Amino acid sequence: MNDAMPKWADILLIPIINLALALFVSGVVVALIGENPFEALRILINGAVGSAYGWGYTLYYATNFIFTGLAVAVAFHARMFNIGGEGQAALGGLGVALILLFVDWPHWSLGLLAAIAASAVFGAAWAAIPAWLQARRGSHIVITTIMFNFIASALMVYLLSKVLLVPGAGGSPETARFAEAVRLPSAYDIAPWLGFSRSTPLNISFFVAMLAALGVWLLIWRTRLGYEIRAFGFSEPAALYAGISPTRIIMIAMLVSGGLCGMMAVNAVMGEAERLVIDSVQGAGFVGIAVALMGRSHPVGVLLAALLFGILYQGGAEVEFEIPGITREMIVVIQALVILFTGALDNMVRMPVERLFLSRRRQPVAPLPKDPTHPGGNPDAGKVEP
Amino acid sequence: MTQSDTSLAIELRGISKAFGPVQANKDISIQVRRGTIHGIIGENGAGKSTLMSILYGFYKADSGEIYIGGKKTDIPDSQAAIDAGIGMVFQHFKLVENFSVLENVVLGAEDGRLLKPSLSKARKLLKQLADDYEMDVDPDAIIEDLGVGQQQRVEILKALYREADILILDEPTGVLTPAEADHLFRILEGLRDEGKTIILITHKLREIMEITDSVSVMRRGEMTATVQTAETSPEQLAELMVGRKVLLRVDKTPAKPGAVVLEVENLRVVDEQKVERLRGIDLTIRAGEVLGIAGVAGNGQSELLEVLGGYANGTGTIRVNGQPIDLTGTASDARTRRARGIAHVPEDRQREGLIMDYRAWENVGFGYHHDAKFGSGIFMDNAALKADCVAKMERFDVRPPDPNLTAKNFSGGNQQKIVLAREIERNPDLLLIGQPTRGVDIGAIEFIHQQIIALRDQGKAILLVSVELDEIMALSDRIAVMFDGRIMGERLPDQTDQRELGLLMAGVTGAAA
Amino acid sequence: MDLLTLLQLFDSSLRLSTPLLLACLAGLFSERAGIFDIGLEGKMLASAFMSAAIASYTGSVWIGLLAGIGASLVLALVHGVASITFRGNQLISGVAINFLASGLTVVIGEAWFALGGRTPQLEGASRFHELMLPLADPLRGIPLLGPIYSDVISGHTIIVYLSLAMVPLSWWVLFRTRFGLRLRAVGENPAAVDTAGVSVVGLRYAAVLICGVLCGIAGAYLATALSAGFVKEMSAGRGFIALAALIFAKWRPWHAMGACLLFGFLEAFGNRYQSLELFGADVPVQLMQALPYILVVLILAGLGGKAIPPRAGGEPYVKER
Repeated sequence: MNDAMPKWADILLIPIINLALALFVSGVVVALIGENPFEALRILINGAVGSAYGWGYTLYYATNFIFTGLAVAVAFHARMFNIGGEGQAALGGLGVALILLFVDWPHWSLGLLAAIAASAVFGAAWAAIPAWLQARRGSHIVITTIMFNFIASALMVYLLSKVLLVPGAGGSPETARFAEAVRLPSAYDIAPWLGFSRSTPLNISFFVAMLAALGVWLLIWRTRLGYEIRAFGFSEPAALYAGISPTRIIMIAMLVSGGLCGMMAVNAVMGEAERLVIDSVQGAGFVGIAVALMGRSHPVGVLLAALLFGILYQGGAEVEFEIPGITREMIVVIQALVILFTGALDNMVRMPVERLFLSRRRQPVAPLPKDPTHPGGNPDAGKVEP
Repeated sequence: MTQSDTSLAIELRGISKAFGPVQANKDISIQVRRGTIHGIIGENGAGKSTLMSILYGFYKADSGEIYIGGKKTDIPDSQAAIDAGIGMVFQHFKLVENFSVLENVVLGAEDGRLLKPSLSKARKLLKQLADDYEMDVDPDAIIEDLGVGQQQRVEILKALYREADILILDEPTGVLTPAEADHLFRILEGLRDEGKTIILITHKLREIMEITDSVSVMRRGEMTATVQTAETSPEQLAELMVGRKVLLRVDKTPAKPGAVVLEVENLRVVDEQKVERLRGIDLTIRAGEVLGIAGVAGNGQSELLEVLGGYANGTGTIRVNGQPIDLTGTASDARTRRARGIAHVPEDRQREGLIMDYRAWENVGFGYHHDAKFGSGIFMDNAALKADCVAKMERFDVRPPDPNLTAKNFSGGNQQKIVLAREIERNPDLLLIGQPTRGVDIGAIEFIHQQIIALRDQGKAILLVSVELDEIMALSDRIAVMFDGRIMGERLPDQTDQRELGLLMAGVTGAAA
Repeated sequence: MDLLTLLQLFDSSLRLSTPLLLACLAGLFSERAGIFDIGLEGKMLASAFMSAAIASYTGSVWIGLLAGIGASLVLALVHGVASITFRGNQLISGVAINFLASGLTVVIGEAWFALGGRTPQLEGASRFHELMLPLADPLRGIPLLGPIYSDVISGHTIIVYLSLAMVPLSWWVLFRTRFGLRLRAVGENPAAVDTAGVSVVGLRYAAVLICGVLCGIAGAYLATALSAGFVKEMSAGRGFIALAALIFAKWRPWHAMGACLLFGFLEAFGNRYQSLELFGADVPVQLMQALPYILVVLILAGLGGKAIPPRAGGEPYVKER
């Protein structure tokens, strides 16, 4: 091996240092607003993994983030930055709601398959226009997907308040409850001996997410299509030379990405809320960016990073409850810092660490700056023309 | 230790520079007399560019001293080099493409915070310089509208505008026709006669012999010799460069052309800016012959390779083994071209031919990744790819023979061998090969040339594109010269010479007919 | 639609286009120097919060403005460190900055004011107020031109006029000064600037910081002029709209003003006609609100022709060997 440093350093050491930096700065923020960061951390960890109740929520959130993290990761491999997860997941929710409200499913298993298909199709459809515009018109996919988040939000408000609104529902607009027949088995139903309560949100979608991770791994590293996606992501001129169509790759990668975001609704809408509500996504689409960056676009990394963010979300809720001075948005701050340190400031940690390894091993290699959007390292990744 | 000598424009003493564990320059000392043209010659990677970058303040030497005009000088950045009277003309021009000539000349050497006075002063001075050295350029022309020869003059003017006494030119003739190169040499001679000192970095022995007063030879980061040009010979310099005797000729038997493999008729290509890059190309290649395309870079050779390789569209007719192929891109792409027996070693292997972040074994299937032997159904067979890679590395002597090494960690020559192995081993009817030895060390050049001739002798048709006239002359059975998207004429290598080809490359047909 | 309505519409277009214009010019400086910035949104938001918070503490909108600019500059510096010094991915850095601002404004806002992410209502000297231009009243009587002067052009806060003045100023700086020449050059070919002996890093930092100042003014305007205090997520995508306007304007100052006025008009129109009947059908209010975002997509789809960004844009500069 002739790379600048061992693989374990690349996929474990660097993300851990980055995470530590992000948490350290978050701790400084907590201290600055006059709270005790160590106390907050204690409550956070205890609240997230200290009980079956906590685990139920932690893994429920993690399930959402696995879907959105995988989605962003697949797009990253094709050098696309899909920041439209919010909108795609919202549309996925619409797909789930429509297929469950207007079709009578005899059994939850059939409903689950239908919901997976509907959510994926709706999510993919919402990614299709920005993808096509990027592929054929060169429209900056970062900006178009953000715009599609705004447009999706307006669309969902309109549909929920004008079209799908259930009469008599008070408060914020929502659809009717789905039929009892399509209620997904929760962790309590599946494994009551683990101590989950009847109201735990964790449900069978967790396994769907695991299967999705396996599927993404097969797609990216074991299929000819995945080979083409990665090749295109590394070098578009080389892809053309090899007969790989950029339009086809951009479309496929973005449709898969949008579909995965949409599938998040199987967990959040079908599994937990059991009806469609306003803002069913709750920022999970954005969390996917941090998860994919931290997980270095690899499904195993995404699983671990999703678990981490599940802990942050559930633990964060406990912190907010216990320490009123710290609001929920603290999670957004941590998420931003993770993106900053693992994504944009990656070289800050990488360069000194590489130098350290080089000085210890003395092998002929010139270190190149690597890009976190690609596990293999690509200085141009994420470059998208506006 | 001699005292500093004021008749020397530049003196380097014991310059060393390492990049990590790689020693790019090792204890280099050199003396260049004022008012001379000094050549620095060496292979790719010999350390010439690193040395000049140190002199221009891009890198800081690990040890050693620089004396300019007899005075010890520190050059921490480019501004310091400019202040010391050093001007540099890079191989890839450092011009702002959509700025005017005037703006490029002034950039960084403005007279005050406002542009207008700087520009009008520069306009006057530029005219003066252009008159003095016969370097006419329109100060208001936009760089991207100018030819490369003109752009190069802008670079020289930029240096002169900054009152450079020492001008360093890095491979200045790579993009020029022989006639343009001659013109450049006349300009350089004029500058020398004015008392300027010129350092010419090149890998072309002919240029060294033609224009320099003295020459230094570099090999593997070391300065192996400095001699007076009049007292040496090309053979001696070549040996000093490589460290052993080299064959400057390729041994080959006369071609035995067979059936027609490729026919191109009236091929035209229009690029994205609506500029016609190919203006009606006609050519034919038979089995068992090498057709060499000579020409200065940028005259349509790349477009010809792209359209034949299936990733640019055009109009006209192309037949392979008598069957027409689609040129609209609707029914074909690079993949269908491969299925028709066309293999392609692209001009830029790092940009097109390889995925630099893929490992060697992933790269041996690149472009052929749909082949049945590399997988089944939608899945790829990574083990088959690895086994294939090991075999190819052995046959083509790729070093190190490690299929798990990432492509970017191989040397240029070994990268090229990987591409060549992939394309040749497919047993194509037609091989397209662009700049086969660009950035490749001499040892690998010999090997690659032998492979091309061996393929020809197996009865394959070969289209060779190269900007190196020597290479074209050595390998081709027929030579076609391209200029401005057209074929200016076809010649047989033993019935023509560099001068005639040079005129054709410059678009002059009358004299050569 | 009568003249008065039209004038009111233009009046509010001008008011609403001001933050867009400032952010758009901010992006112009940054992107002309080769640093893409999708963090305009976050910088505006941070400044909106900080300016309102400090204005409410001190009672002075000017100190608030300075504080807002300061907050925006801090984020600009983060972007500079990430994308210039550490040659990171500029898109990812921008995204991180947007989230950072989105989170921090609420976290700190709650800690300081405990008003659910808002700042206290700003009054008196802690806000920017409308200025009556000279002769606005006496000239009102002149037909057409009078009301245009008195009702559309006059009667805005000083930042509106500042933003309009920034247009020719930006043009002059970019195209008539040494700094502008170098700045544009570094966005097209940093190697040319570097070999000419000028610091690429210095120029790019300068551009990023100018971008920070302008975003800071834009954000302060949102919270202390357009509204009377900070509200969670009050930038509402304006940073992205400004970017689209920049692309529409093909990175030119005067065209940027035109593009921003267009978006401002669209927003004013959407605000005024919350429910609109077209061809006998009610146009939903959500569609009116989504109009600017839809227009952004259309512009990026090439409605304004092919836009060629600065050639070195988005690429970290690494010296070639």
